[in-house]
Formats: sequence, C-alpha cells, structure tokens
Amino acid sequence: MRPAAHAHPAPPPAGADDFVIRVEGLEKTYASGFKALETVDLAIRRGEIFALLGENGAGKSTLIGAICGLVRPSGGRILVDGHDAVADYRAVRAKIGLVPQELHVDSFERVMDTVAFSRGLFGKPRDPAFIEGILRELSLWEKRNDKIIALSGGMKRRLLIAKALAHEPTILFLDEPSAGVDVELRREMWQMVHRLRARGVTIILTTHYIEEAEEMADRVGVINKGEILLVEEKTTLMRKLGRRELTLHLREPLAALPDGVAGPALTLAEDGRSLTYVFDSQSEDTGIAGLLRSLAEAGIEVRDLATSESSLEEIFVSLVRGRPQ
Amino acid sequence: MNLNAIRAIYLFEMNRFRRTIMQSVAAPVLSTSLYFIVFGSAIGSRIDTVEGIAYGAFIVPGLIMLTVITESLTNASFGIYLPKFQGTIYELLSAPVSAVETVIGYVGAAATKSFLIGCLILATARIFVDYTILHPLFTAAFLILTCTAFSLFGFIIGIWADSFQRLQLIPLMVVTPLAFLGGTFYSITMLPEPWDTVALFNPVLYLVSGFRWSFYGVADVAPLISLAMTGVFMLICLGVVAWIFRTGWRLKS
Repeated sequence: MRPAAHAHPAPPPAGADDFVIRVEGLEKTYASGFKALETVDLAIRRGEIFALLGENGAGKSTLIGAICGLVRPSGGRILVDGHDAVADYRAVRAKIGLVPQELHVDSFERVMDTVAFSRGLFGKPRDPAFIEGILRELSLWEKRNDKIIALSGGMKRRLLIAKALAHEPTILFLDEPSAGVDVELRREMWQMVHRLRARGVTIILTTHYIEEAEEMADRVGVINKGEILLVEEKTTLMRKLGRRELTLHLREPLAALPDGVAGPALTLAEDGRSLTYVFDSQSEDTGIAGLLRSLAEAGIEVRDLATSESSLEEIFVSLVRGRPQ
Repeated sequence: MNLNAIRAIYLFEMNRFRRTIMQSVAAPVLSTSLYFIVFGSAIGSRIDTVEGIAYGAFIVPGLIMLTVITESLTNASFGIYLPKFQGTIYELLSAPVSAVETVIGYVGAAATKSFLIGCLILATARIFVDYTILHPLFTAAFLILTCTAFSLFGFIIGIWADSFQRLQLIPLMVVTPLAFLGGTFYSITMLPEPWDTVALFNPVLYLVSGFRWSFYGVADVAPLISLAMTGVFMLICLGVVAWIFRTGWRLKS
C-alpha cells in the first residue's frame, strides 16, 4: 500500500540513544494544590509498545499531557529524541501524535477535512493520497464526506487515530484507547497498533484494562498516585511476580490434609474435593513431583489437574494495594 | 514559521463561516438594512442634516463600525471558544504551532470575515442612501484596523469565557452600549454638557469619528488621534494575547 511507505519514520540519527523519550524528575502540581505527579523518571525505548498502567486519577493523563504539551510541568524536563519538550517544542511535537481519551471532535466538520486539518496544523504540506491511505486503513474512507456528527462512537475513535497519524508521527500516544469501545473494535485497534509498531512507530498507551497491556505491550510501567512504581518487560514482570497454581481434583473428598502432605503452599478447598498448590515456575525444584509422590503415599487419588498463572491484573492489584497508603 | 498550520487554521475558520453563511452574512446585512430603513428613511427623513450631511448618509460609517465591531467580537470569540468547549483544543495545544501562528490563523480569519461583511454593508447602504468616500485609503485602513483590533479582543474574550453566557457578556453588556453611545447615530456635538465630554472616554467614538471623517471629511475628534487610539487598542490586545500564551492562562492546566 503506497501510503504506508510514508509512515516509515526516518532512521534515528547517528548517535541517538535507544530511548526516544526521556522524562527526568517530572513534577506536576495543579493550581488547586493537587500533586498529580511526584518526581517521575521514565525512559521509553525507540520502537516499543509501552503500556502505562494505573487506576483512574493515578497520573497517566497528566504524564501524557506534559509530554504532549497540554500540561505545564511544575518541575523536571522531558527530552524527545534529544529535544527539550519546552524549549524545542516544535521539533518535539512534530514527532508526536496524540489520541485523546475523550472523543473530542468537531461535530460539523467533514471526516476528510478534519484529517487534512490535522496534517496542516502539524506543519506538513497537503497530501491527499496519504490521507486517503490513512482513512482506508481505518475503514473510514467510505465516510470521508460525512459530517463527524453522523459517525458512531467507534468511528469517532478511529477518526481521532487518523487525525493523530495524519502528520506521520514517529511516536504515538494512545490515552485509554479502549475506553467505551466494543470488543471487535478493540481487537481492530490492537492490530492497528501492531502494524504501526512494525513500521517503527513508538507507541505509548495508557490503560486500566490489564488485558490490553497484556495483549500489546513490550514493557509495562505502573503508575500510582503520581509515582512510577515499576517499569519492567512485560514477560519479565509476569515471570518475576507471576505465581503458578496447580489445582488437583481429588477422586474422594478429604476432611483434612494428612500430616505427611500438609505445607504452607498447599490448601484444601472447603468442599474437600480439590487441592491448590502454589509454586514458582522459575525455580529448579517446583515441588510438584514430591507433592504427587506424597499424595500417592497417603493414598489420595488425583482425578484431574490443571495449572494457571497469575495475570497481569493480579500482579497490578497486588502492587498497588500492597503499597503503604 | 509553521505556514501550513496558519493556513490550516485560517481555512478551517473560513470553512466554518461558509457553513454558517446565513447567520454569518445574511443576518448582519439584514439588521443593518433595518437600521437604514428605520433610522435612515423613516426617522431620518424628519431630521435635517447633521454637520451638513444628510442623516441617512451620516449614519452609514457608524452602522458599518457597529456591525464590524460586533461581528469581529462574535466571530473571533466563538472561533477559539468552540474548540475549548468541544475539547478539540487538545490538538492545537499539542501541535508544533506558536502563539503568533495561532493568532494569525484565528484572528486573521475572523478579521477577514468581518471585513467582508463591512464591505457588503457598504454596498447594501448604496441601495438606501447616497454617500461619498473622500479618503478611501483611510476608510480601508480604519476598517482593517478595527476588524483586527476587535477580533483580537474577541479572541481574548473567547479564551477568558468558560460558558456561552460569558461569551455573550462583554459584547452585549459593554461593546453594544459603547457602540451606540459612540456617535453612531449622532454627532457628539449634539450632546449637552457634560455628556459630550464623557463621550470622549468612549473608545468606540474614536473609531466611528475617524471612519466618518474618511467618508465626509467631518469628525468629532482629529482623525489621526482616532487612528492612533485604534492602534493603541490593538497593541493592548496584542499584549494581553502574548501574556495569555506565555502563561497558558485558561488554555493549559
């Protein structure tokens, strides 16, 4: 597809480091006195999909707003490709596309005009063929002459993505892209994000849907009360904090665990029909073999077994809740 | 200079005017025509002349000023208030666009529109009354300056306003009275003491007076003072706009 060729970002300049965005000591206190960000340090790698996880009010949108120019930082600095986001805002903002959380649209504008407007606003010359490519990719081409007010919520969301991509940004911010979006569109959007990443676009998304981060992200950052709690490779995070559980369904219900079998990692279900064993899947000895042996010795017959690993959501909840308030 | 951005904003605003052509053009032309019929023809026929000018012709410059001021304020304030209200301002704030470019785009479009309406009313007035223009260059200069200055003022109002009510507040409560009392329908020499002196504190008087001078060569105040006052008003507005963008007042949190 021709327009896709446009979207290839220029290769990073020689000597550019791996981090496309560096946030250093960023602070934000609103006029009301509310401290939305406490000294945030964050580095985003070139070409990655980074998911910023946090509950409502954790500071996700403030952080994005500060990088994109919507929020005036109270302290610290932001570097994008080595350019300071305040002093050199033109260079920084030309690289960034922002898809806001709310469906902010000009109801009476036509779809095509509003996307062309975005391109011009970001300093790019007209390119109807490129706009056509974006609209086709987001299944909006058929609607190009419609007024925005006539679009469904899902189409408006796609339109906002089209507007954000109109100036061929190399960094795309998606603020809560799945808010109020149905499952099908969410899948479509995820595919779109993967396609963009394949073209070299760095993507930062905020979400409180763990599923979304789990599905898409290379790395995950968790923000709570204006502080970054951790930044980790998603897989590492899940491995490091992930517990695996082995559930054993018993042939005969047990009243209590026999002495030879009982241990802190093992719990008996209330109905006595199943046992749950928690283990670390990374360790040399998971203890599973020993457990099964001791069960056999105690004459306990296992009918079926299943394992599961803790989801990012459980990890997230334990991180956020586990912190002293 | 991000010329593409200026063009995008300017065309976006002009496009908005085109969409609302009825309110934008027909309404001011209609209401001014009514003024001509009522004040110019019906009542004006009972009034002899004002400073040697037929009353119908005397009110032409004032009426154009009245309309141009109101239109500039309304267009410019609405133009920047609407994105704030809709939330679409996020895009402008996140774009590589400077304050100067933003102002040229928004204020330029609003001023263009009110300038066109001013010209249209001038043409419409021809249907009702006979007038002359002695100093056409001054006419154009006054018109352009006024459109620009009041579009800037409107831009400030649009940024200041946090509701549609407030958006209407200054145009209705301050500017319309000032325009009516600024000698649109009369010469301040017709006012008794102390009102003729009080009138000198009305900035709109200088616009109307100067503009009328460019038509007929008669004025309440010296035309160069008028021009200077308009210029000063524009500079004040520019200063406020510069401050707004430097501090992010009412734009950024």
